[in-house]
Amino acid sequence: MTWFSIIVSGIVTYFSRMAMVALIDREMLGPKVKEVLNYVPAAVFPAIIFPGVFFNDFGSLVEITDPKIYGAIVALVIGFYSRNVIATIISGLLSYWFIIFFLLK
Amino acid sequence: MLSKSKIFFKGIVAVLPHMLSVIPFGIITGAIGVELGFDPILVYATSLIIFGGASQIIFMQLLSGGASSLVAITSVGVINSRHLLYGAVLSEYLEKLSFIKKLFISYFIVDQGFAESNKYLRHNKNLSNPHYYILGTGVTLWFCWQLSTISGIILGSFIPEELGLKFAIPLTFLAIIVNDLRKLDHVFVMLVSGFASLILFDAPFKSYIILSPIVALIAAFVMLKLKK
Repeated sequence: MTWFSIIVSGIVTYFSRMAMVALIDREMLGPKVKEVLNYVPAAVFPAIIFPGVFFNDFGSLVEITDPKIYGAIVALVIGFYSRNVIATIISGLLSYWFIIFFLLK
Repeated sequence: MLSKSKIFFKGIVAVLPHMLSVIPFGIITGAIGVELGFDPILVYATSLIIFGGASQIIFMQLLSGGASSLVAITSVGVINSRHLLYGAVLSEYLEKLSFIKKLFISYFIVDQGFAESNKYLRHNKNLSNPHYYILGTGVTLWFCWQLSTISGIILGSFIPEELGLKFAIPLTFLAIIVNDLRKLDHVFVMLVSGFASLILFDAPFKSYIILSPIVALIAAFVMLKLKK
């Protein structure tokens, strides 16, 4: 079943790459659709970020003292100013580890 | 007049700075796949068959969390729909190619390659073989992605669970959109999506992952209407 899902996902993804290049005339995507597509990353990724930070493994809201919240805030601030992908991820992980291994021990 | 191989090489050079983010991202993707309990072969298959970092992580996260195949596949489709935009922009430079060549080159259309190709080709409109530039960026990114996910899969089996590497998932996606935080309209769409995902989290089959982006895109559409 997992193999099936991977293959179908692969076909769907390949179609998204190929459709406008090989099948559809690019004028068919009106300027309005293009404008909305610009927001796809902004619309998709927070739906992964928010639950990943604010929910625990059992799907209930975490406390305001949860280390994940502080890790995310550090990553947000560092990312905003550095505009660097690795700095964002590493700063978030390091502050999260610092809290769970040193402050909470 | 630039030769084909020179144009190809220019494409390679253009995406090299992106390796600083692509390689760690690939390692994280491979390591997370293993951490989520997937067979290493399956984790690698996502890199080869889906070949889209963010969507691979979400795909594996959803399936390991008990989502149905339909939800996992649909989410991949929603996330990767942005390629439609890339294809529409790049098709201008690929018009003269045969259908088979178009099918081949399409596999290599990825975020960073699109960004660099679009930047360069827009300023070099009368380049004779623009598709070599696109291929140069795409093939380079493809190789680095394959190698870095394989390294991540190997590393992943050594990373202890106490490290809570799963927290790297939201951080990775935060890193992807962090550049858009300076644009208020994008921040608005992000907040709509984020809060929608918290409210819709308990919707059946993990469908929050599809419903929240749809709500956010409708909000984006309304926002664009009101702006005019």
